[in-house]
Amino acid sequence: MKLTTHGLFRSSLAFALAASTLISHAQDDLLQVLGPDTPTVQYTSASFKSTRVINGQSLENLPQGVLDFRISHRFGYLNSGINEFYGLDQASFRLGFDYGLTDRLMIGIGRSTYQKTVDGLIKYKLLRQCDQGCGMPVTMNIVAATSVTTLTQEQVPWFADSAADDFSNRLAYSFQVVVGRKFSEGLTVELTPGVVHRNLVATPEAQNDLYNLGLAGRVKVSKRIALTGEYFYVLPDQGYREPFHNSLALGVDIQTGGHVFQLQVTNSTGMFERAYITETTGDFFNGDIHFGFNISRVFTIYDPKAKARKKEQENAK
Amino acid sequence: MRSNRHALNTALFLLPLVLAAQDKWGSRDGEITFFSSTPMEDITAVNPKVASVFVPSTGAIEFSALVKAFEFRKAMMQEHFNEDYMESDQFPKATFKGKVIAKSGDDLTRPGAHAVSVEGDLTMHGVTQHITVPATMTTAADGGIQAVCDFKVKPADHGIKVPSVVREKIAESLDVKVKIGYTKL
Repeated sequence: MKLTTHGLFRSSLAFALAASTLISHAQDDLLQVLGPDTPTVQYTSASFKSTRVINGQSLENLPQGVLDFRISHRFGYLNSGINEFYGLDQASFRLGFDYGLTDRLMIGIGRSTYQKTVDGLIKYKLLRQCDQGCGMPVTMNIVAATSVTTLTQEQVPWFADSAADDFSNRLAYSFQVVVGRKFSEGLTVELTPGVVHRNLVATPEAQNDLYNLGLAGRVKVSKRIALTGEYFYVLPDQGYREPFHNSLALGVDIQTGGHVFQLQVTNSTGMFERAYITETTGDFFNGDIHFGFNISRVFTIYDPKAKARKKEQENAK
Repeated sequence: MRSNRHALNTALFLLPLVLAAQDKWGSRDGEITFFSSTPMEDITAVNPKVASVFVPSTGAIEFSALVKAFEFRKAMMQEHFNEDYMESDQFPKATFKGKVIAKSGDDLTRPGAHAVSVEGDLTMHGVTQHITVPATMTTAADGGIQAVCDFKVKPADHGIKVPSVVREKIAESLDVKVKIGYTKL
């Protein structure tokens, strides 16, 4: 009998406890009766505002079906004096189109005034940083690019007199791995190890392959404005490099709807890999600084989800 | 004797669970769609994974929608929506907590369509607004409840700023459509 009373007491206690948990439960959040949220995989988005940090590639790709029309412009050196209107009289220009074949694969083509060069690139997103539902800590892109100058042989500075005017002598390649992480809403950092291969170089002392390491980052200061910076370090002991310098660029990204405006100062004149990594002649700290801007305008050309949506609507009817 | 006591224990323990669960209706795949219509551009997005619970006896109703689950026609729009307007990393969810008010004498559990009004707090982008909107709840003979509600939301009311360059493309007031099919929990 004693046991039963004890048991009943225990039962009532259990009842009271259960009831109180439930009541507090109900007061807290009615939605908890649905059970915990099913974790969905969510990849980090918007590590950078654009597919380029300034000259170099960023962690971003274009989504499938999106065309990016890019105008990149560099004025002359700020230290060129009043006769050149502090650089505004001169211009180096690249016009480019990039397109997202899939959410992970992007291709692009561009034409620069710098040595009248046509360049093409292919960029593949190998790893995607994950916010939720998976564990990948970084985003990683691989980029292959090629450039060909269309100047006549005499006008190309690195075309030695002895070199044959072959098409292949006009080519250069670049391979890069862009790896980085969006640490927070405000901070993204990336490293870009790479190599630029030039089929032809000016002197026997210069090497065809130049290994280089890029460091770039972004600090977001408001919803639509971010500060960016990048530095490409050409590893030492790779042959005679005079009079070239490493490329440094500092910029501001301003986003308004479908446009991204990038304003920058940089010592690089060209805007493709051979030009800015291996042929930057300006000394940033001597005032050889180009003011410049990139304008990116995106257009949705193809809507990959349109078919599925149409089907769904028909089913609903 | 021993097993009897165990049974009693279990029964008493389960009683409040039964009492509490009896009266709740819920859904995990409710749909919220919004439209922004301007002469420049029509924008629409749909979230097909809205969670909601409704308690007919008290009228209590709650919604929760993951902001990142809104799907847009254009991938870039979706990015801008999350990044520039909703700031979904900071405010991941939009929620509503309130009450369904039936017309006096109306019993929502009776099969048929019921015009009701829904009153409560809508929180998005970290800003809460008290709203009262009309809705229709249709109770089926088998007990399922379909809820439909159309109302308007002004982004400005929730601290969402639209920069002047895109002001002509984003409506001042968005049409929101809520569609939930509740089943008994």
